[in-house]
Formats: sequence, C-alpha cells, structure tokens
Amino acid sequence: MKYYLSVLISGILFGIGLAISGMINPQKVTDFLDVTGNWDPTLLFVMGGAVCISLPGFYLVQRREAPLFSTKFYLPSKKDLDIPLILGATLFGAGWGLAGYCPGPAIASLVSLTAEPIVFVLAMLVGQHLAKMFEAKN
Amino acid sequence: MVTTNMIIMGLSGGALIGLSSVILLASSGRIAGISGILGGLYGKWNDVERYWRIIFMLGLIAGSGIVAVINNGLVITQQTSGIYLVIAGLLVGFGTRLGSGCTSGHGVCGLGRRSKRSFVATLIFMAIAIIVVYVIRHLIS
Repeated sequence: MKYYLSVLISGILFGIGLAISGMINPQKVTDFLDVTGNWDPTLLFVMGGAVCISLPGFYLVQRREAPLFSTKFYLPSKKDLDIPLILGATLFGAGWGLAGYCPGPAIASLVSLTAEPIVFVLAMLVGQHLAKMFEAKN
Repeated sequence: MVTTNMIIMGLSGGALIGLSSVILLASSGRIAGISGILGGLYGKWNDVERYWRIIFMLGLIAGSGIVAVINNGLVITQQTSGIYLVIAGLLVGFGTRLGSGCTSGHGVCGLGRRSKRSFVATLIFMAIAIIVVYVIRHLIS
C-alpha cells in the first residue's frame, strides 16, 4: 500500500511539475529549441531545477542498501556508449524537435482530451513496439 | 527574452520533477523515466511490474489535471499535426526505446546518477532537436 501510494505521489508531483513549468505546451518546448529565434530558456531552468534535486537526492538514496518499500534498486546496467544509444537519441531528438512533445508531457497532456496528444501517444506506443521487434531481431 | 516567471515556474516545476524522481527511487527503487515506464506497460510483464507503472501514469495525468483545474485550463499550442505528428510520435517511441530513455530518464535521472551514457544521450537529442527546429522554422518556412 505504501509502495503504491508513494508511486502515485511521485507521478502526481511529476505531472504538476510539467504543467506549472509549461513543459506540456509543445510551443514552449520548441521555443526553447529555437535558439536562433525568440528563445525561451524555461526548459533549461526546469532541467536545472530537477537535477539540483535529483543529484544530491539520488546520492543519498543510493547509500541505502535497498529502497524503502521494495527489495532492490532497478538501475540501468549498461555503462558504455554504444550505437543503439546514439542512434536512439538521434531519432528521439528528431521527433522531439518536430512536434515539441517528449513522452512525459505527451502523456500528461492527455488530460486535455484533445486529439493531438492522443494521436502522438498512440504513434509513440507503435514506435516503441517497432523498436522492441527490431531489438528482438538483432 | 528571459522573464522572472520563466525562472520561477521553470525552477519550481523542475524541482518538483526532481523530487518526484527521488521519491520514486527511494520508495520503489525505480527510475522515473517516462518512456521506460510506458514501455513496460504492455508485453510479457507480470502484474507487479505492470501495476506501479499504471499508477505512476495515472498520477502523471492527474498531476497536470490538478494544475488545469487550478489555472482554469492548460496552455497547449500544437506545433504540428496530421502525418507529421504521427511521424514525430513514431520517432520518439522508437528512439527512446532504442536509446534507453527520454528527457526524464536521461535528462533528469541519468544526469542525477552521473551516468556517462545519459550525459551523451542528452547532448545528442538536444542538439538534433535544435537542428530540426532550426530547419523547420528558419529554412523551410
């Protein structure tokens, strides 16, 4: 129960953070990416503010043997740079620049019940599925 | 132009996202990477793997819903539509799966963990997105 409650609180805080900073607005994101235009630096403050908390927070949490309500930490095991990482980040960047949506804001803006986030999230799920098939083949 | 509002709302929104990722790691041991959480929603997972992901996603949607209620709506101005929106979604879905993360997983959690992979991934997707926006806004239109 505590486990699921803390997951829920975490999700809610994430959604509030995305919404109050305006990151669920694709225009604010593309205005950030438009460095030679009328630049909007907000995303830089969002990432800066987030890392200011996650950097010391993760350090303190990882000094524990295990999380509070689970038996172990589920952390990425890969350490080295590889082609999938570079290719994946490139493709993601292209899609992000095209629509101004990354996964978090796209899902958070589903609450608006407008067509665009729904279409985007469905396409994103298809893309993920294609990548899973691609990975299974290689 | 940089406004005080951008700084205050950016930093406070970011701090909440950072806090969210720390709470998730501290309580469940999971990384708050949205693409990763979404990717595990379907597939060959057992219920334990699936439930926390569903609950996180519902919280994410509820969180922006709370802000929408308080602010009497959300400002969402679309940048693309139709086939381009679908292409963008496919690229984001495929790319985040192949590249093991998105803005949250690499940009917030990965940098927080001081991961070399996440640092490089963040630089790449930022640079590519900046180039794409430059081409769309200043070269094509």
